Amino acid sequence: MVLKWLTGNPGGRSKRILWSAVLLLMCLAPLFTTPFRLGLITKFLALAILAVGLDLIWGYGGILSLGHGVFFGLGAYAMAMYLKLDASGSALPDFMGWSGAASLPWFWEPFRSFPAALILGMLLPALLALILGFFTFRNRIVGVYFTILTQALVMIVVTLFVGKQEWTGGTNGITGYSSILGFNLNAPSTKIGLYFITLAALAGAYILCRRIVNSRVGQVLEASRDGENRVRFLGFDPSRYKTFAFAVSGGLAGLAGMLFVLQVGIISPSMMGIVPSIEMVLWVALGGRGTLIGAIIGAVLLNAAKTGISEAYPEGWLLVLGALFVIVVVLMPKGLTGLWSKAASSLSKRGGTVHAAVRKES
Amino acid sequence: MQPYAKRADVSLAAHGEVRGIGMSPTVLSAENITVAFGGFIAVNGMNLALRQHELHFLIGPNGAGKTTMLDVICGKTKPGAGRVLLGDGLEITRKRDYEIAGLGVGRKFQAPSIFPNLSVKENLELTVDSDRSVLRALKVRRNRCTTFEMKKVLELIGLPDRLHVRAGSLSHGEKQWLEIGMLLLQKPRLLLLDEPVAGMTDEETMKTGELLQSIAKDCSVVVVEHDMEFVRSFAAKVTVMHEGKLLKEGSMQEIQRDPLVAEVYLGKRRVANAQAAGH
Repeated sequence: MVLKWLTGNPGGRSKRILWSAVLLLMCLAPLFTTPFRLGLITKFLALAILAVGLDLIWGYGGILSLGHGVFFGLGAYAMAMYLKLDASGSALPDFMGWSGAASLPWFWEPFRSFPAALILGMLLPALLALILGFFTFRNRIVGVYFTILTQALVMIVVTLFVGKQEWTGGTNGITGYSSILGFNLNAPSTKIGLYFITLAALAGAYILCRRIVNSRVGQVLEASRDGENRVRFLGFDPSRYKTFAFAVSGGLAGLAGMLFVLQVGIISPSMMGIVPSIEMVLWVALGGRGTLIGAIIGAVLLNAAKTGISEAYPEGWLLVLGALFVIVVVLMPKGLTGLWSKAASSLSKRGGTVHAAVRKES
Repeated sequence: MQPYAKRADVSLAAHGEVRGIGMSPTVLSAENITVAFGGFIAVNGMNLALRQHELHFLIGPNGAGKTTMLDVICGKTKPGAGRVLLGDGLEITRKRDYEIAGLGVGRKFQAPSIFPNLSVKENLELTVDSDRSVLRALKVRRNRCTTFEMKKVLELIGLPDRLHVRAGSLSHGEKQWLEIGMLLLQKPRLLLLDEPVAGMTDEETMKTGELLQSIAKDCSVVVVEHDMEFVRSFAAKVTVMHEGKLLKEGSMQEIQRDPLVAEVYLGKRRVANAQAAGH
């Protein structure tokens, strides 16, 4: 059966072998790494979930969001609120006491339950994206104006989270928890478990987005990126398609946030602010947008580089980030996957087959 | 003389006279349409009735309000006054553009507006669904097999061997035909075209004219055009607009004989000639 699967489609065979090899390697990773490194990899994979969702709307829909930090943050806070309540037991979370709150705010109540927190962590960001998308896309706010609006959203939400210290922990965020459902977050076995959960979540997110892209929805998204007017006069309402994709993207960002908190053990407003939001876009740009897989590669590589460089030269990362941004924009508009397909096509050209793949618009 | 002009008399005899201004049922009627952009009145109390199986040309000097009229019908511009009714009495004046498109009013813009990054096939595919909701679209995979209707349309627009070509790499004329083909797959009752032959070679213009004639057998076609040779060759019925108003409606021969139309089109030259003669 495995043989049939491998030989079933000759065109995709090498691709499938490559995929199986990558997945196998990923599954074996816990054998070769220390728990600390495994935690880092898990964190990168969690962030890659967000990148896939971002690529869905940017690469295919042409919608540039600089506000994904908010959706990420909402998911992260949802998980952190559950963990905090769990850690505090029957007592009020410690920061609420310091801020002078007498009782638990009503909206914290649902987060006592793990399933509720899990669902809300994806539902709330998706809902916020849905509302924002509904009003902006319906009124035909597109391009740079939409991007500016998402930046404004970041400003508003971050200010709100910092200001409402008794509800959100203010600038310090929410921290001070070390177990989930009775498992110690720092124990190596939990780390391995979370690694596989995150890997599965990433695979799920990738398959979901791939299915969307391969369906008529992806086709309409791409079409409205290139000519929204035409789409409308074909009888489609592009705003509904964009809103849908934006909501899916927001939900995935929330999922990424939840898994991120489990690794990092803290979420604060600075992690969902403007700079992280821009960094997220850079992951997708470096990996190559409009490919989905590029977003994963970009997110993992850039975050690994960030960790590595920050360990060696604490001040160096921002310089590298700035330089990378310039290089990607000027030299690699299609990112790493673009370089890869360019190299592949020039290799096959040397082999004799000439593809007249003209991707440039005349 | 331009090659397609030679056939002018033939087609006029066939379409202009025999079935041109027949009394086939109305597909759409626009009543008393007025559109103002700021202080400028683009269309002023215009009436237009479009009948089935009719190749209807809308002509007039620049700024006469022809394109604005198409915009009103397809919902791109909302009129200040007046109403647009479909043949069955449904009012579409206040409907959204995509809803009007869904009701069978296809609009072709002046510049080719196809999707350059999708293949010819995918461009056509986008138009064949009857249900345009997101939920259904999620279930449909793109790049399925080519349907019989798609093949028919491809044959009609002369692109059967370009199915897997990226639409952006087609020539200008081919892009225009592809867009017309996309509209045809929607099975429209009315097709609105804005200067479809602008920028085409004589041969392409000829082909486009024949294409429009064969389309008009199944639905009503309205063409805004400046190329008078083209209008003369293919028009069954002509409406002349001037300064946002209806000036004259009839067959091409009637229009050409009309002194008022000549005045509008040639007025300035005549005044100039008169002045020259006076001196």
